[in-house]
Amino acid sequence: MSQINVPTMADYMAKGETPEILFWVGCAGSFDDRAKKITKAIVKILNHVNIKFAVLGTEESCTGDPAKRAGNEFLFQMQAMQNIQVLNGYEVKKIVTGCPHCFNTIKNEYPELGGKYEVLHHTQLVQQLIDSGKLKVEGGEFKGKKITFHDPCYLGRANNEYEAPRNIIQKLDAELNEMKRSRANGLCCGAGGAQMFKEAEKGNKEVNVERSEEALALNPDVIAVGCPFCMTMMRDGVKHFEKEDKVQVLDVSEMIAKANDL
Amino acid sequence: MISSIIFIILLALGFYFFYKNISKIRRNVLLGKEVNRSDNSSERWKLMALVAIGQSKMVVRPVAGVMHILLYVGFVIINIEVIEIIIDGIFGTHRILSFTGALYNFLIASFEWLALGVIVGCVVFFVRRNIIKLNRFMNKELDGWPRSDANYILITEVLLMSAFLIMNCSDHLLQVREYGHYIKAGSFPISNLLSPLFVNMSSASLVFVERGAWWFHIIGIIAFLNYLPYSKHFHILLAFPAVYFSNLKPKGEFNNLASVTNEVKLMLDPNAAIPPAPETPLKFGAKDVLDLNWKQLMDAYTCTECGRCTSSCPANQTGKLLSPRKILMDTRDRLTKVGKNIDINGTFVDDGKSLLGNYISEEELWACNTCNACTEACPVNLDPLSVIMDLRQYLVMEQSNAPAALNGMFTNIENNGAPWQFSPADRLNWASED
Repeated sequence: MSQINVPTMADYMAKGETPEILFWVGCAGSFDDRAKKITKAIVKILNHVNIKFAVLGTEESCTGDPAKRAGNEFLFQMQAMQNIQVLNGYEVKKIVTGCPHCFNTIKNEYPELGGKYEVLHHTQLVQQLIDSGKLKVEGGEFKGKKITFHDPCYLGRANNEYEAPRNIIQKLDAELNEMKRSRANGLCCGAGGAQMFKEAEKGNKEVNVERSEEALALNPDVIAVGCPFCMTMMRDGVKHFEKEDKVQVLDVSEMIAKANDL
Repeated sequence: MISSIIFIILLALGFYFFYKNISKIRRNVLLGKEVNRSDNSSERWKLMALVAIGQSKMVVRPVAGVMHILLYVGFVIINIEVIEIIIDGIFGTHRILSFTGALYNFLIASFEWLALGVIVGCVVFFVRRNIIKLNRFMNKELDGWPRSDANYILITEVLLMSAFLIMNCSDHLLQVREYGHYIKAGSFPISNLLSPLFVNMSSASLVFVERGAWWFHIIGIIAFLNYLPYSKHFHILLAFPAVYFSNLKPKGEFNNLASVTNEVKLMLDPNAAIPPAPETPLKFGAKDVLDLNWKQLMDAYTCTECGRCTSSCPANQTGKLLSPRKILMDTRDRLTKVGKNIDINGTFVDDGKSLLGNYISEEELWACNTCNACTEACPVNLDPLSVIMDLRQYLVMEQSNAPAALNGMFTNIENNGAPWQFSPADRLNWASED
């Protein structure tokens, strides 16, 4: 595994420099063991294309998204205003996030509270890098593989970004098969709206089982995701059907990093 | 002469009661809190043209979409014929617009084709609801009145269109016999097919059938008009303003409560300049319909209970209690109750009930994934999710009544800046781990 280089905003500040872009890692990306791999894949891509980026490190804090969706507007705005103080203190202009929930919150809900930035989801940044020729992608191990992409609600419906992740997957020379419920009709993985942090209400099925079943019906080699929470939910779903040996669940950024041997 | 007077009285009464009832609905909607939805008027007009007039979201489900367009186009265009019926009724004339000649023939022929389309559409819808029993028409919230309401509408429309065709058929037969004032006018491609049923009748009987169908048709229309305010069918009027006043922001952007912003600013900086406190004590979130905004209340009256929201809701589709359609139906039911309370008392007198608790349960609210499948699926951009969120806010901020696991998540965010129990000092550890 190649060494990764993760400078912080404070490092840049000390050198009297400013990075081009802030990588907002998010709580899952920082603490969840599986999601940390996604974080590293994103860093590897950023390192590979030599973008001047930085993370906030220990100065980063929850965006407040789960609190807001759960109805705790106080806690959300406390988090938001403190984060905005930090971001504005560093004069951040451009942010890339590893998580669609952070992406949505910072992009849409922070401006009114004083935090105005250009915000990209990591799949959007990767697509820009490919389009501008900075990042070359060949299929590598994914060439000809059957892949289905599960739309994160907060990237897709919430922000109308359906193409970036798909464009990237297609660059891998993979066979992209769509689930019946995809894009605007995509079915939630079951984690949104703070469901990640509680038991589901009584029902006859878990949402992630329903969704994984739909994905597995396509017999994919890879279920591609773009969100650390979808990652947890889809992996649990695949395990539920005991398919974890046959079907990988990977973030789009991980696929790019793997295909490029990063 | 007598018939003209009876007609005018019926028409006047019909419009009077309709006006009274929609005024009440308007008042009820305006009981809602202020929300600004008058910005970007050009974008709003475009959206209305596309989504409401153009039915763009209806055809996402092609069968229902195409059938609905048949009904919608038929309804709008056949109503041109009502203009003639009203003029004839008031002045005692017969087919007053027939002087337009070829145009008239074309119009009547088109109405007949559309009437047939409406009947076909209604039959298909009736079959889908009552014989095929599509899942989304079988949910519990439709038991009783809502399910009957839907069938009444379909049956009424079939009856109205049948009366129109029978009227034309008998009229045409009388025209052929050059009977009385039945001048040659119109072209009758569909109603002609019915003529074997009537051709053997005496002319006097035919006149009776023709007049009977004419009166049935127009009285039916007036009655149907007055049924609208009590029915899910009210969407034929409110769909247009409801789309016009849609939320134009990205679906993922939830409102930031301004009242909270002020409090949070004070907490973070005691010297912050804060506008003077409002006279009524602040309430966070919504407990009852009067805490919702007027657009949410308009949505409740607009919803025609098609259930596309519910059939795409991940919670509902996995057997949870939540149904986004029920959220709007409950809001309307409660608002109707509150409106009646105001009619009786002059102002709302607490009846010990509220939308939260008596109509919508916590279990429903906590099942929501905030995934926006419901708002995406709604053919007229209604927003049950915003109601769910406002009620959740009340549960959490006014009643501190969140599920224990969520309270744990709140505490973690407050203390550690993450929803899990990890130390903020460890936030960058991933960078040095293998």
